[in-house]
Amino acid sequence: MSGAPRSGPVLLEVRDLSVRFRTRDGIVHAVSNLSFTLRRGETLGVVGESGSGKSVSSLAIMGLLNRAYADVEGEILFEGTDLLKLPPDKLREVRGRDISMIFQDPFASLHPMYRVGAQIAEAVRVHEDVSKREAWERAVELLAAVGIPNARSRARDYPHQFSGGMRQRAMIAMALVHNPDVLIADEPTTALDVTVQAQILELIDKVKREFDIGVILITHDLGVVAETATHVMVMYAGRAMEYGPAHEVFSAAQHPYTWGLLESMPTVEKRLDVLVPIEGSPPSLLRPPPGCPFHPRCRYRFEPCDKVRPPLAPVPGGHLDACHLAPERKREVWSTRIAAELGVTA
Amino acid sequence: MTVSELPAAEEPLVEVVHLTKHFPVKQGVFSRTKGVVHAVEDVTLAVRRGETLGIVGESGCGKSTTARLIVRLLEPTSGVVRFDGRDITHLRQRALRPIRREMQIIFQDPYSSLNPRKSVGQIVAEPFAIHHTEKDRKRRVQELLERVGLNPEHYNRYPHEFSGGQRQRIGVARALALQPKLIVCDEPVSALDVSVQAQILNLLKDLQREFGLTYVFISHDLSVIRQISDRIAVMYLGRVLEVGASESLYEHPRHPYTAALLSAVPKHELNGGTTRRERIVLGGDVPSPVNPPPACVFHTRCPRFQRGHCDVETPLLRPFARDHLAACHYPLERWPMSGEELARPFGARAANQPEAPSSKQA
Repeated sequence: MSGAPRSGPVLLEVRDLSVRFRTRDGIVHAVSNLSFTLRRGETLGVVGESGSGKSVSSLAIMGLLNRAYADVEGEILFEGTDLLKLPPDKLREVRGRDISMIFQDPFASLHPMYRVGAQIAEAVRVHEDVSKREAWERAVELLAAVGIPNARSRARDYPHQFSGGMRQRAMIAMALVHNPDVLIADEPTTALDVTVQAQILELIDKVKREFDIGVILITHDLGVVAETATHVMVMYAGRAMEYGPAHEVFSAAQHPYTWGLLESMPTVEKRLDVLVPIEGSPPSLLRPPPGCPFHPRCRYRFEPCDKVRPPLAPVPGGHLDACHLAPERKREVWSTRIAAELGVTA
Repeated sequence: MTVSELPAAEEPLVEVVHLTKHFPVKQGVFSRTKGVVHAVEDVTLAVRRGETLGIVGESGCGKSTTARLIVRLLEPTSGVVRFDGRDITHLRQRALRPIRREMQIIFQDPYSSLNPRKSVGQIVAEPFAIHHTEKDRKRRVQELLERVGLNPEHYNRYPHEFSGGQRQRIGVARALALQPKLIVCDEPVSALDVSVQAQILNLLKDLQREFGLTYVFISHDLSVIRQISDRIAVMYLGRVLEVGASESLYEHPRHPYTAALLSAVPKHELNGGTTRRERIVLGGDVPSPVNPPPACVFHTRCPRFQRGHCDVETPLLRPFARDHLAACHYPLERWPMSGEELARPFGARAANQPEAPSSKQA
């Protein structure tokens, strides 16, 4: 059980990625020094609250940030090539073919005036030299593959004739057009009802297995990550706070911010006596706090936290975390917290 | 918990009886009515004094419409709304006004529910202005701001200067201003981040204890509903499918829809890691409320669907445990249950065998 098998070849490696936006109010440090790898067959869950930089980093990977306003530094290696150094036409070949993305709001991502099938067929023809007829056939096949009933006739529908869940299925079909290696899903179920969310998460998992790809799943919902991700990265104020195999992060969370997230979430499993919120609110990224970005809200902060930024370093358990607290102290805190959660005295 | 111990004889604060709301669907140049949206259909509920009634369901299930009918922001098509013992179903605006002081509402979106051109002080004082009460408004507003965890010095600031969580606190302060008996919370934490969501939920609970408030709490989030509610009503396509004491309903849901909702929620565990439970994944989508399915509205997606019964005879709400009702012909025998077990209802009669009273061993 120790360590998820990391046998698949590395698909995507992000090294020291920083994104800064130049705005009228100053420089927004949206993402700072982010590093991670994604292998074939893995689902990397990126969790964080609004403004944590999780979406911006995926937009950077897709090359979708306007470089006139955004400074992107670091390396994004896809099968060995640095995407940040590719000229726009070469990047366009990668984007949508090798790496594709689905977004939160499937209605905003589909053109309301074109038939769903035609939009998918168009995506086929962007990278493949096939006839319109063949492209249409491929669109129908893909719609069937993502579980749209009567795909042949539904392909002729317009987006407004699809329900929210079906639209998201259509977006997934479009993302799969060129058998990508990496699928980035940015809050794919946030706009959907729970019963439909369950269907879509199941579909993404099935797609991952059948197409043997790597998935980056961006979400604010720890529950979604716990159920679908093999690896987890917790982000706060543009930085990775904790990163590692999902079962390790969930069974032995190391960072006070992760603890805070876990404890502040109500659960359907039982009614908690009190929810333990994280006091305060996330910092402004115009002026991120010195030291650990979480220190102003951290219950366990001590002397170095507001001065020295803790590096993302391995902990005894095996995964990575960025916190000054000594491992023994964490183990102590974590076990008493679990004990409290389970209602037993440690 | 305090609520269920109250004597049952006490009159509930809110009662709705056979409440129905239809919205006309208009089309064409002459706006002819082409049909109706069955937004709320024959809903009967009671909200006891001091309790939190959670209403949960997916989008379009009629939960917000029900809430709006309760506070009479909408007038029902038929049925009765009683507040504090008084029938308010068809009261005119003038007659409603004194009653409005006693029922307030907190909205989902703290960005659009606060007027951006008014200062926080003006926003929170507005109820006093409308109802011509309170001499020393400024002092009272500052007290309210302090009570909901805002700095009273921020009286003159504008909504854009506050974060989402702080704005929701402003909305809470405004709702509290007239010391209402009932507050309807319509998805009050859905737009907030989890860490802030917990702050607001705790605040609402504290205020309830302090002021003896009664809440109707609307949410699509089953975890939030469980955390805050004493009793819960599960709605689907305008109807209440199951209603009961929170613990009873979560420990042993009787309606297959409630069960599917519960099993669909992704779960995290503090110590157990990523244990995977079998999820009951419902096929298809919610049918259109313009044309709801006949008999049991859930039968088109139900794993326990029995042809010739569920699509013919409407199940009525019937009691299963103390303070726990469900509307289903084939309620769940136990919980948890796998998807496969769920699909084999105990005592189901075969399609071509309409009456088989003794064939209990299915």
